[in-house]
Amino acid sequence: MTDYSDPDFRAARLKKRYQAEKRFRAYGMAAIITAGLILVFLLGSIIYSSLPAFSHHQVRLDINISEDYVVADAPEEGNYLGLVRAALRDHFPQVTGRRDKRALYKILSIGASDAVEDRVKNDPRLIGTQISLYVPLSDDIDLMLKGLIDRNLPESDRIVSDRDLAFVDKLAEENRIERKFAFALFTNGDSREPEMAGIKGALAGSLWTLLVTLIVSFPLGVLAAIYLEEVAPKNRFTALIEVNINNLAAVPSIVYGLLGLAVFINFFHLPRSAPLVGGLVLALMTLPRIIIPTRAAFAAIPPSIREAALGVGASRTQVIMHHVLPLAMPGILTGTIIGLAQAAGETAPLLMIGMMAFIVDVPTEVTAKATVLPAQIYMWANNPERAFVARTSAGIVVLLTLLLVVNAAAIYFRRRFEKRW
Amino acid sequence: MKMSESQKVKIKARNVTVHYGEARALHGIDLDLNANEVTALIGPSGCGKSTFLRCINRMNDVIDGCRVGGTVSIDEQNIYSDAVDVVELRARVGMVFQKPNPFPKSIYDNVAYGPRIHGMAPSRSELDHIVETSLKRAGLWDEVKDRLSASGTSLSGGQQQRLCIARAIAVNPDIVLMDEPCSALDPIATAVIEELMEELRRDYTIVIVTHSMQQAARISQRTAYFHLGDLVEHGQTQAIFTNPENQQTEAYISGKIG
Repeated sequence: MTDYSDPDFRAARLKKRYQAEKRFRAYGMAAIITAGLILVFLLGSIIYSSLPAFSHHQVRLDINISEDYVVADAPEEGNYLGLVRAALRDHFPQVTGRRDKRALYKILSIGASDAVEDRVKNDPRLIGTQISLYVPLSDDIDLMLKGLIDRNLPESDRIVSDRDLAFVDKLAEENRIERKFAFALFTNGDSREPEMAGIKGALAGSLWTLLVTLIVSFPLGVLAAIYLEEVAPKNRFTALIEVNINNLAAVPSIVYGLLGLAVFINFFHLPRSAPLVGGLVLALMTLPRIIIPTRAAFAAIPPSIREAALGVGASRTQVIMHHVLPLAMPGILTGTIIGLAQAAGETAPLLMIGMMAFIVDVPTEVTAKATVLPAQIYMWANNPERAFVARTSAGIVVLLTLLLVVNAAAIYFRRRFEKRW
Repeated sequence: MKMSESQKVKIKARNVTVHYGEARALHGIDLDLNANEVTALIGPSGCGKSTFLRCINRMNDVIDGCRVGGTVSIDEQNIYSDAVDVVELRARVGMVFQKPNPFPKSIYDNVAYGPRIHGMAPSRSELDHIVETSLKRAGLWDEVKDRLSASGTSLSGGQQQRLCIARAIAVNPDIVLMDEPCSALDPIATAVIEELMEELRRDYTIVIVTHSMQQAARISQRTAYFHLGDLVEHGQTQAIFTNPENQQTEAYISGKIG
């Protein structure tokens, strides 16, 4: 028999208990540190590889806006490509052969002529004068200047030829090349040329889609949750509905895409690739993810508050609208915003309704053709040009920033609506 | 004791039965409650006294699977008839609960809520007046008059309970039901609320459920003893406590059972 009154035995037991507590704490710390390190590594590597996408090398050209290329009456019909090429040729008078000329032109981005066109359209008085303007270089030259293509490799192993190098070196010697912030990344839609490809189209597509999702799923979800939790009798039928809602939250998201294709596009003939359909599909997917936390938020309101309100003669609706709903609001908003954040990162259901598409224009309405951020990231990742590697990471950074903003909003609203008992 | 002035029956319960699902909680209660008196409902836990109390303002209606039979009449009107609107009924029959449950709103809004939803105060000044008189009658005005915008939940337990009383009387009910209003309070706060009940009796009919024999003896004019869903005995408090007719009652109030 153990003698429980023995001081040595009790001291040993005490020591064991303290050790067990210490171990337990250490396991927890280790778990947190591991998770933290993984997160830091993940974010760090994405941000690091995205950095090249945020800047681009541009060359300053002295452009003679001659009336041979563009006339003041119709600036939109001007030959801006010719203008830029002529300006570039002026810097290299020794280049004469057709083939050499073509190689020379290739160091410029296709977007170079757009830069001139924008400038002239904004100020037609420039026609007939000479301006000094920075225009983007091609993606390969840019990568080489950033050091991502090694110029010391033998010529056969690199995409930038010795001839191109000579052109660029001459421009660099004249101090004409500068690394500038890549506004195109944020102001352009998608493009086949990496240096001209921007995230704006996908970002706008995502925001339109989420707007539709929010408008459809928030009122439907909250009303369904209120009805189920506060009004509906607890019987076999409502139990069945509850089980179904819980199951819907676990349905693979691509199934919602198939449903959207069959119902919204094939039956209702809504436009393909449109944020309207994408938003509706994501709203279906988000509904259970709003209903479940909303019901939990309602269930967490102490019954004493309901009784207090009923006791002074509040009707059922008044009890809900004046007391339960305001108190449940932080939980409802948190659930909604987390549901939306999930929807924002969703790709699979949008595959089926054609939102994984190369779309150049920035959508300006819910029925315009559009793609979304995660789809854009995937498409960039599939492109062969090396400059798209950094673009892909930059797209991820933008998506993560969007999610961060959404989650920050969740915290803000929760704080704002929270009331202390 | 002056009996003659207040012998009018206010609440008349006849053959009241309550079922929670299959379980029967009350087996046919017949009980008359007089106006301007404090009636104490006593009995061991689970005897049905709170259930009976909640029949008087139909709070049992909101419990799933709860069925009420028989009739409860207030001023000769059966409150379970279809002609009675439950919301209006609850405005006439106020309730104070066991645990103080102020809304997580300001003190002012707590008291003003009832008058607001019933449209009793069309102007701000009238509402101010109702809030002030209600808080004064609940004996809380002097303690909170400088901080009406403070949260109701920032008050102490006893103050919160008086705030709940102020909230209940702000809608000017005829009857105030109290479900163990002092069980979460210390003796000093309890004494304040007991004094208050004596005061409120002049204008309201009060029905109180209590677990404290002393409290029932101190504050009530009539007492009803419940046991296992039956009304065992009821009558003048003095008579019940000094000379109970039923053996069970005697055993309970003398501390042998319960």
